[in-house]
Amino acid sequence: MGDDCSEAIHRLYHFLDGELTPQRRTEIQAHLDDCGPCLQAFDFEAEVRLMIATKCRDEVPDTLRIRIAQAIRHEEIHFRPDGTA
Amino acid sequence: MADRAAFAEAAMEHMPSLYSAALRMTRNPSDAEDLVQETYLKAYRAYDSFQEGTNLKAWLYKILTNTFINSYRARKRRPEQSDVDDVEDLYLFRRLGGLEASTVGRSAEDQVMDLFTDSEVKEALESLPESFRMAVLLADVEGFSYKEIAEIMDVPIGTVMSRLHRGRKALQRALLEFGRERGLVG
Repeated sequence: MGDDCSEAIHRLYHFLDGELTPQRRTEIQAHLDDCGPCLQAFDFEAEVRLMIATKCRDEVPDTLRIRIAQAIRHEEIHFRPDGTA
Repeated sequence: MADRAAFAEAAMEHMPSLYSAALRMTRNPSDAEDLVQETYLKAYRAYDSFQEGTNLKAWLYKILTNTFINSYRARKRRPEQSDVDDVEDLYLFRRLGGLEASTVGRSAEDQVMDLFTDSEVKEALESLPESFRMAVLLADVEGFSYKEIAEIMDVPIGTVMSRLHRGRKALQRALLEFGRERGLVG
């Protein structure tokens, strides 16, 4: 692993997070275009990220939606500026 | 935003992601429901302090996070483990990356997606100490920027980056444990 590879791996998360300056981003991208192993590692990390985002979803129970709608309606009446309910 | 009702409606769109986050934070469906309901009521009451044109989702997450920290975490008797062991870069890739090449004819993306089940990923994330778990959740599941996470968690950006860096590695380690249990790796 060369210096460029170390540098790329060091900045991997910042790259995937979109938190690099355009210049650094271009440098890393250029390295990935030339370096198969680094590209493979970046792809893997991006896929892991996608997997985490996809699999950590839960469906909201209908009962909760109803509870919240009711609670807000209650607040609405309570907070009506002219004091009528 | 035009009025409180329009605000409430716009806020409702974020309920699935807030509920999922609440589940990861509380690790308990009943607490998660209470946390989300409290978040919506607080948001509704504080509607005047929301600046139109700013990020509504981030604002809701800040209320969710503060409510969690102030009411739910305070209930816990046992102090939570507050650090994670450091592991090398590319921890999971070095152990599982090769699996991709071993099966021909399937995209690498499908391969990684199929490595772990939903409940394994959730459990792995929930196993992280709280401050790391929240940083990873906000970045990797919800896609917030470092700056937004810093505002939501009320910590400097440097702290966000360090929690993310270490939290992600710890998550990979927790995932690999499931891989070990299922014989994916030795």
